[in-house]
Amino acid sequence: MARALAEFLGRKGGRARTIAVCGALLAALLALVLGNLPALAEMGAYLQYKFIQRALIVGALVALCAALLGVVLVLKRYSMIGDGLSHVGFGALTVAVSLGAVTAENLPAFLPEGFRQTAASLCAGISQSPLALTLAVVVICAVLLLRLSRSSRMRGDAAIALISTSALALGVIVTSTASGMNIDVYNYMFGSILAMSDADVVLSVALSVVVLAAFIALYPRIFSVTFDESFARATGLNAGFYNLTIAVLTAVTIVVGMRIMGTMLISSLIIFPALTSMRVFSRFRAVMISSAIVSVVCLLTGIMLSCLTSLPAGAGIVAVNLVAFAAFSLVGALRG
Amino acid sequence: MALIRLTDVTIAFDGVAAVERVNLAVERGEYLVVVGENGSGKSTLVRAMLGLVRPKSGRIAYGDGLKKDQIGYLPQQTVVQRDFPASVEEVVLSGCVNRLGRRMAFGAGERARAAEKMRMMDVERLRAKPYRTLSGGQQQRVLLARALCATDSVLLLDEPVTGLDPDAAEELYAVVRALNRDHGVAIVMVSHDLHGAVRDAGRVLVMNRGVDFLGAPAEYLRRFERRVRA
Repeated sequence: MARALAEFLGRKGGRARTIAVCGALLAALLALVLGNLPALAEMGAYLQYKFIQRALIVGALVALCAALLGVVLVLKRYSMIGDGLSHVGFGALTVAVSLGAVTAENLPAFLPEGFRQTAASLCAGISQSPLALTLAVVVICAVLLLRLSRSSRMRGDAAIALISTSALALGVIVTSTASGMNIDVYNYMFGSILAMSDADVVLSVALSVVVLAAFIALYPRIFSVTFDESFARATGLNAGFYNLTIAVLTAVTIVVGMRIMGTMLISSLIIFPALTSMRVFSRFRAVMISSAIVSVVCLLTGIMLSCLTSLPAGAGIVAVNLVAFAAFSLVGALRG
Repeated sequence: MALIRLTDVTIAFDGVAAVERVNLAVERGEYLVVVGENGSGKSTLVRAMLGLVRPKSGRIAYGDGLKKDQIGYLPQQTVVQRDFPASVEEVVLSGCVNRLGRRMAFGAGERARAAEKMRMMDVERLRAKPYRTLSGGQQQRVLLARALCATDSVLLLDEPVTGLDPDAAEELYAVVRALNRDHGVAIVMVSHDLHGAVRDAGRVLVMNRGVDFLGAPAEYLRRFERRVRA
């Protein structure tokens, strides 16, 4: 059978057939979850819930952004930046949430009354919608990481490990002092589809649209900078600016996605679809399109899986991605 | 007026001079080969002409209608490119990126230009093929087509035959020679392969941080013959 499949995928007219097989594999994946009717009915019931709708909308948009950026990051050998930034995101998020414990009363008494009031309400505001502060911190760190990795004194991967573990440690310290390791922290780390508030959804959708628009508008230039940075610079492209743009867009995508995926697992959303697609496709545009589709299908499948089995969403999505990776690897190997 | 004129150019990394007080003019339609030992500053000199490294002192001026971002460049291959998923057409088209201006996507003009350069380099039948599956010689011709999309007047090649087998190297020299003679493209080629490169050259530049020698190939061979033989 393997031989028949290999022949089916063989040289002539292989392209359309490859696409068909990959599409069928993804559809099968989706059908595996929705396949039996009781589960489908149950899923239909779930779709009534607002939090599921939110998770699906934000999740699909984030998956799309992550997939596109992922192709570039993997090819530029920047995969670890995603991982590093997600740890920074965890640190910043815990600090932002912990600020909710600050009140006018427990600020030092020597500060003027008015200042204490303002500071307390500011902290309350930040902890109400912690994504804003997290976003600012992660974007700054993205810029910093890029700078560090370019300086010859410290190797890029070492710089990333340094910053990300420090941020993680800070997050753990702050949480332990403020509230202890509780269910919230667990959710930050491993993801929850319950985590999004309405304000978060609006922010997430807006940011995703910005990432997608920027990516489409800069597509030829991003290709050029990814394929050959020296040539791109020689033909007048400001490669530094595009590297920075890619890092900032990655930071935004990670912050938006980490509530659902969890900070431990968000980087998989960036690297998996790109690696999966490169197993089979060998043209840039095809890899991009395939990544986008794989990413969204795996995310939706993963969220449904997590609804039906009460597993953490992030872990479910990674598991589905792993299955897709294996399937695409098989197709790639059979095609030779 | 020269296409590229270097006046007293000095380039330093961490305070150590890699290129020192170089004066050079690249003329329209000429064929200049840059040779020298490892660390003699020949690649650095070419990177400076492209604006990739900034001189510590001295001046690099572009003239005769040449703009700084309209130089064709054939860089040394990087690890990233070896397994990069891209079709030949996508790679060649990316050479037109300096013609985009404020536009977001390539138009019919750029596509026609890319097709023309692919024909010139005889890689048109490979246009839909994945770049990473091509032979070394084919890859170099694809990258030459990309460089030609970016320029009409001058090509800078950084050790183009490194890693090619003798036949593919010979073929690449023939292609570059034809570009120079039939299309009037000025060539600046950094090379290790003294025999092949110098044979076609109009002028030879020997770098040793500064300019060790600049003149005709015959004169160069007379003076450096022993080293070339070895």
